[in-house]
Amino acid sequence: MNVINLTSSCNSDFVRQVEEESGQQLSLCYQCGKCTAGCPYTTEYDIPVSQIMRLTQAGQKELVLKSKSLWLCATCESCTARCPNKIDVARIMDVLRHMARREGYGGVKTVKTFWDSFLHSVQKNGRVFEVGLLANYISHTGRFWTDMGLGPMMLPKGKIHLKPSAMQGKEEVAKIFRRYTEESSK
Amino acid sequence: MSVSLTYAYYPGCSSTGTSIEYDMSSRAICAALDITLTDVPNWSCCGSTPAHTVDHTLSSALSARNLCQVASMGLTAAVTPCPSCLSNLKTAQHRMKNDSFREKVSKLLDKPADITVETKSVLQILVEDYGIEKIKAKVTKPLTGLIVAAYYGCIMNRPAEIMNFDDREHPMAMDNIMTALGATVVPFPLKVECCGASFGIPRKDVVMRLSGKLLDTAKEMGAMALVTACPLCQMNLDMRQEQINSANGSKHHMPIFYFTQLMGLAFGLSEKELGIDKLCVNPRSVINALGMEGDSKEKSQ
Repeated sequence: MNVINLTSSCNSDFVRQVEEESGQQLSLCYQCGKCTAGCPYTTEYDIPVSQIMRLTQAGQKELVLKSKSLWLCATCESCTARCPNKIDVARIMDVLRHMARREGYGGVKTVKTFWDSFLHSVQKNGRVFEVGLLANYISHTGRFWTDMGLGPMMLPKGKIHLKPSAMQGKEEVAKIFRRYTEESSK
Repeated sequence: MSVSLTYAYYPGCSSTGTSIEYDMSSRAICAALDITLTDVPNWSCCGSTPAHTVDHTLSSALSARNLCQVASMGLTAAVTPCPSCLSNLKTAQHRMKNDSFREKVSKLLDKPADITVETKSVLQILVEDYGIEKIKAKVTKPLTGLIVAAYYGCIMNRPAEIMNFDDREHPMAMDNIMTALGATVVPFPLKVECCGASFGIPRKDVVMRLSGKLLDTAKEMGAMALVTACPLCQMNLDMRQEQINSANGSKHHMPIFYFTQLMGLAFGLSEKELGIDKLCVNPRSVINALGMEGDSKEKSQ
């Protein structure tokens, strides 16, 4: 068990910030552990979600934001659905990874790269273009064997395309991303 | 006579490719039920999971652009087959009730965000707006003898305050539709357990474990097939079923239907218009066992 000196290490600004961005009251968590009991991803986590909640209450910013768990949460909403105190735990996990991104924590590289590649594809094409997304992901991770075997099965069925879909108004979507970048750098 | 149902239809990106059969069969059964679906003009991606993991304003703006497109059609009701799209659209609507959040979203858009549009899933309009009894009345080829497990995935009903549909732990909408079609539905304890979601590419091992558990359990419960309502769940279970078998040493050959495909079969629609041939795990033996030998009418023509 980790021993943490709360007097010297509690970052109360961090606690306030998480509460503000998530709209949730962290002190409502009384550590019943139900979120962790139902979390399908807990075997992959370095810190179980109930402990993420406890560490966040205790203002342990660095420990929380460097946790791999934040990147392995699929937002399946089990924790939120089952919390006896109606805390939207999944939303807190979302907000924590927003903060982790902003503070430059790398997270789980493959997951972050996949999400970035997905959004890059949307920004460029207005809709997701799977083959482009995969190519981008592979170029950034070097994982050349990723789903290679599925192409021959999916192509003849018309379930993957070699060109992005031609949608009108994709520049409107690109503008959303551009304005987002401008707004967040203010 | 009742007034016909009309909705703006938001297909979502997967409908153009990986879940093309969900799109085909959703359109086909709605046409058969006189439900009018009008495509949202120039719809764009909702941002799916990746957008909300980056920022909630960005995520809501990507959804809000589409809600604006719906409003420009003069419609206030939109429908999508995909739970992930639905979750993003509904979450955006929910959060934009807060004025200061809506202003932040509007700053990213060409025009102010709209908050008048209501969105539902195809499943939801079928059970809530159309009705199970009327669905039952449309069945011409009952699915007698078909034993299925209904798998809803994790976000069709959750979070309950936002999705506002069915039960968060024990949904019954698809179970009830399948029963109305004449199929036998087995109890399925993992109805809302996650399949591994979008980790198929970055952490395939997780999908192998979670989707493998779903297939194992469906088989143990005696299901011949799984029926789904989510493009991502269906893809993990169907397209990745051989990968799951290799990873886990299992030997599943479990067809993974969209519930709309089974509705279409029971309504007597052709396999071709329901995209049955698009499924990766061949469902031929299961369909043949129902006394449906493929599109015989078309072949003989």
